[in-house]
Amino acid sequence: MPKLLPIIEFLEHGVKKPIWDCKMCGQCVLHSTGMTCPMTCPKTLRNGPCGGVREDGHCEVKPEMPCIWVKAYERKDSLPLPQSWRNHYNDLRPPVDNQLKGTSSWLNLITKRDQQTPAGWSAENATHESQ
Amino acid sequence: MSDFPSHLAERFSTSERVFTVEFPSIDGGNLAAVKSRVDDLLPWFDAANATDSPAAHAHASNVAIAIALQNFGLEPILQVVCRDKNRIAIQSDIMGAALHGVRNIELLTGDDVTAGDEPEARRVFDVDSAQAIKIAATLRGGRYLSGRKFSDAPDLFIGAVENAAAPPLEYRAERVTKKVNAGAKFFQLQICFHGDRLENFAQTVNASHPTLPLLPTIVLVKGAKPLKFMHEKVAGIDIPTEVIARVEQASDPKEAAYQLARAQAEHALSLPGVRGLHFTDFCHDDSLVRLMRDLGVTPRPTGSH
Ligand code: SF4
Repeated sequence: MPKLLPIIEFLEHGVKKPIWDCKMCGQCVLHSTGMTCPMTCPKTLRNGPCGGVREDGHCEVKPEMPCIWVKAYERKDSLPLPQSWRNHYNDLRPPVDNQLKGTSSWLNLITKRDQQTPAGWSAENATHESQ
Repeated sequence: MSDFPSHLAERFSTSERVFTVEFPSIDGGNLAAVKSRVDDLLPWFDAANATDSPAAHAHASNVAIAIALQNFGLEPILQVVCRDKNRIAIQSDIMGAALHGVRNIELLTGDDVTAGDEPEARRVFDVDSAQAIKIAATLRGGRYLSGRKFSDAPDLFIGAVENAAAPPLEYRAERVTKKVNAGAKFFQLQICFHGDRLENFAQTVNASHPTLPLLPTIVLVKGAKPLKFMHEKVAGIDIPTEVIARVEQASDPKEAAYQLARAQAEHALSLPGVRGLHFTDFCHDDSLVRLMRDLGVTPRPTGSH
């Protein structure tokens, strides 16, 4: 396995970089974001758009680029994606684990390493009382 | 839980309207500069936002201002943006402020560095606003994000911000739910010149979160020029051409700008879930007090809280 690692990382990047401008964060959420990579948002927001989206739906930071969250919102319904993926669009995604940067999210998915979050994140604290 | 409850939370639990204000940025000088502004605002407002390098300009820090406000008797809402600090520093700031009695913490993304006068700065955005809200809720529960426990957890009153007027419009109300689930208990809404969008947003949010307090922002300006500036230069603010034209072509543009703000305030207050207003004052004269009086607010004798 260890010898295979660089090959898998190379393959994953080879596929995902040209199509989704993959940043190899190592914890892929593309399926739940209309196949639009949140790491290409200049603010790397993983839980929806900032307040600066322009009237034409373009990005606050890069006016020539459509806001990735506007794109994601349209694509989650327009692309032929499984309903279960669409249902995850509004999920609260945990902070990026910066230790995974550059590693293969495919492997991290299989090993479930990409689901590990800090103990304080997963701990059931008093945040879920409904309004 | 420690024993400094949020006055703001208490106010929301009454049936009275709640008014908050953007505390002006302080660039230099000493605490007297803070005190004199507090004295002007204290009779009118329930709380003031201690902003975090707004529009990506450096000023006296959010935490320092929040502590000063707390000490001068004007309850602060500590704003924390994700642009400049990583998750460790964000937690330390919240806990440091909490040590001084600051209880209202509002987490937001923050304008991009390119909005400011140091566009060459590095962006941090280690966490986003929804994640920062959950981290604040974790602190409220007596743990750091790592899981490390501590005693006497501060009874934080956690707030969030949303832009009801920016695309993707249909998603904005839905995302409120995500932030509520993360731990947000009140929302201040960004400046909005599309009354219809604000109305749709308030209705949708109120239908799923009937007790969630919303505070739309009303901005006071002196005429058409600042409106044009906001429209062209401030990300996320779109002002319809006819709105700007109405102010510009009025015989008294300053009065027209005031009447625009007043009409926006009255409209916003009529919407479901709207428990009060937040104000940003670019007039720096008696307009804000005039507006409060026109809205039927009577000043409190100072020193009451
Ligand atoms: S406008 Fe969209 S893509 Fe640009 S920084 Fe904000 S959320 Fe990211």
